[in-house]
Amino acid sequence: MSEYHDPSNVINPEHADHHIITPVTYGIVFATLLVFTGITVGAAYVDLGIFNPVVALAIASFKAVVVILFFMHVKYQSKLIKLTVASGFFTFLVLITMTMSDYISRAWGLW
Amino acid sequence: MDNAIVATHPHTHETAVAAEHEHIVLPQHRHHFETKEQQREAATFGMWLFLLTEIMFFGGLFFAYLLYRNWYHDAFVVSSNQLSIPLGAANTAILITSGFFMALGVWAAEVQKKGLLVLFLVLTTFFGVAFLGIKAVEYHEKWEKHHIPGAHFDVSEFINPQAYGLKEKPLAPDMAQKTQVFFFLYFAMTGMHAFHMILGVGLLFWLTWRANRGEFSSGYVAPIENFGLYWHFVDIVWLFLFPLLYLINRHPGS
Repeated sequence: MSEYHDPSNVINPEHADHHIITPVTYGIVFATLLVFTGITVGAAYVDLGIFNPVVALAIASFKAVVVILFFMHVKYQSKLIKLTVASGFFTFLVLITMTMSDYISRAWGLW
Repeated sequence: MDNAIVATHPHTHETAVAAEHEHIVLPQHRHHFETKEQQREAATFGMWLFLLTEIMFFGGLFFAYLLYRNWYHDAFVVSSNQLSIPLGAANTAILITSGFFMALGVWAAEVQKKGLLVLFLVLTTFFGVAFLGIKAVEYHEKWEKHHIPGAHFDVSEFINPQAYGLKEKPLAPDMAQKTQVFFFLYFAMTGMHAFHMILGVGLLFWLTWRANRGEFSSGYVAPIENFGLYWHFVDIVWLFLFPLLYLINRHPGS
């Protein structure tokens, strides 16, 4: 079953084979995270107007995705796990968007 | 190999798999799973379901932050600038380092290196505790400056920043009171995050003790893997808390 790696799960779509990520990959991820921490601190001191929060959140999201894919092994998991993770974040975004659109439109035209 | 049939007879199954893969089958392999892969996936799936509830749980706090930041933007700008970027950035790096060693710990368990696993778990714990130590220093500073919401909260430096040597825009007294909302969210969010880390450090002591007994050196890695998922999730929460609380308002002009 573990003769070779089947990343896209073609042979057995039900279950992903176990893939061991090497310390080298972890090292690259670690370096990437530290570099982007530096970038996000630097970007905070540059006046980007309304884009300051956008850039900060984009960098944080990028770091989170890297952690999820590699440190949390999701890149090498089965479709079931990938779908579970994606649906969690998607549901959260839907809840935030709908609740926020209610709050910010309550005083619409009254300011 | 027909696992569905042999799995009902543990001993037959054990010898069959051992012959095929040339390693000892785990005593932890439960009979209601067809294969090791299925058992592993079920554990990962269950852990992720728990983490989804954590996304929703922390998500509520993040939503509160988003909403009040919109409502009391000026108060949030000034109070956010009270936080120390060097301490926050150092803590981010420390937490990433802790997560890196946790990832290496999972690797060590997978390749069945007991000594390395114990070492990496101890390093994960060390950096986790270092994070909490810096957090305690920051909390103590807030205590001394009367920035903890409640009866002793002091708004005078937000109303008259020049007198305190701050280059901030003075706030009207009612808006200055809203800085309490920021600090309340700061303590609620970082406090809940720190609580998760304290639980995590406790679990790390337990896992290190078990790893030292060799419990995860035979290919049984589910507890280490699932704890890794928990620890990395807590890291991710901080990756968002750091820019939102410390960085986003560093430019009062924005």
